[in-house]
Amino acid sequence: MRSFLGTSVAKKIVMALAGLFLIIFLLVHLTINLFLLSDDPNPFNNAANFMAANPIIKAFELVLFAGFLIHITWGVILQIQNWLARPKKYIKHHSSQTSFFSKYMIYLGVIIFIFLIIHFVNFYFVKLGWVEGDPENFYDMAHKLFKIPVYSIIYLICFLFLAFHLHHAFQSAFQTIGLNHPKYTPTIKLIGTLYSIIVPLGFAIIPVIIYFFK
Amino acid sequence: MKITLKIWRQKTSQDKGKFVTYKLDDVSKEMTFLEMLDYLNEKIIMEGEIPIAFDSDCREGICGSCGLYINGRPNGPQKGVTTCQLSMSAFKDGDKITVEPWRSKAFPVLKDLIIDRNAFDELIQSGGYISVNTGAAPEANSIPIKKENSEIAFDAGVCIGCGSCVAACKNASAMLFISAKVSQYAVLPQGQVEAKERVQAMIKKMDELGFGNCTNTGACEAECPKEISLTNIARLNREFLAAKIS
Repeated sequence: MRSFLGTSVAKKIVMALAGLFLIIFLLVHLTINLFLLSDDPNPFNNAANFMAANPIIKAFELVLFAGFLIHITWGVILQIQNWLARPKKYIKHHSSQTSFFSKYMIYLGVIIFIFLIIHFVNFYFVKLGWVEGDPENFYDMAHKLFKIPVYSIIYLICFLFLAFHLHHAFQSAFQTIGLNHPKYTPTIKLIGTLYSIIVPLGFAIIPVIIYFFK
Repeated sequence: MKITLKIWRQKTSQDKGKFVTYKLDDVSKEMTFLEMLDYLNEKIIMEGEIPIAFDSDCREGICGSCGLYINGRPNGPQKGVTTCQLSMSAFKDGDKITVEPWRSKAFPVLKDLIIDRNAFDELIQSGGYISVNTGAAPEANSIPIKKENSEIAFDAGVCIGCGSCVAACKNASAMLFISAKVSQYAVLPQGQVEAKERVQAMIKKMDELGFGNCTNTGACEAECPKEISLTNIARLNREFLAAKIS
């Protein structure tokens, strides 16, 4: 295993798999979050409680944290290697035709990481009892937070950056694990583009609706 | 036409180096970029100065020795050409042209625009070959090869090792180069004997030499004078996975 992870390509492959896993997780998370739009707090709270109590889900939570840890740690390590690979920069900014967001993945990742910390403080730490709040009623907590304009704006901005990150990430992950085919790659890219728009938009409409209509 | 050139000058590999500006008033659109540099060098020599050092050999886009970073792009603004094939017709009167050497930890600058590309030789030595006995060439048709495979191998095999991919990549990665070498053998029966060792050794060597890794940005494919495709990098990743798993 150690020799497998020794090379940059191996790290990239594991990072891509972790990323794809996080992409799937986002869908599950969005499905639960959409219950926040219901006037009845029970569906959301029941789903949140189920996620907190079910032992299989609890075990899955560890896998999820490992996914985040691998994706972030190796993302940073690989990025540092990449910076070191060109100690002297060009003075003329390169104008090659490229995948635009790929150039900013680390910076977008940092913003998403900051959001993760805020998210943890607001919800996961409450669940652990480290921060004051009612872990039985996340519905109410989320509604209260989304009524704070600054919080909602930060939330929306973070999801915009997540959309940029996902736009490159989705198709890039397939390329990294070796799945590139003249027939299927355009479809993968299209699905990636749709995913990167629809999923962050799904998350983003929740605070907007709550702020203006609830 | 009149052009202004801002060219990187560096006396030795240890020298700090700096940009020097040159003006040329009578450049013909029929010149190639390197002919324009030759012309500039003649003028510099006539003035008793040291001419600009740059690499070139065949000057017909085959050898891979030339290669300059021109106005923010390897080999300048034309697509699918080496620096020696770049025509001055790609520029217009009054243009300011910045010329830099390839920048990469693995390609140190030796003098002016000349870089040390030995890292590519080391990559080839690490696995970019097949072991066959020397002697007379065998009969070409004795090993049947599918048409599609021969085309994939040929498309990858046209890589001339110029380093444009490294120069273009924001991570100074050599992935397109080694992927072309790995692909060229991966689809041919002659390459199977050392397939597993080859892909692993070349990737390991690439890391050791200080090249960056691939973030699927696509600048290499866009700037490769031989238009080598990113699909080769996916094949390299597949070959690597297969070598590790099997």
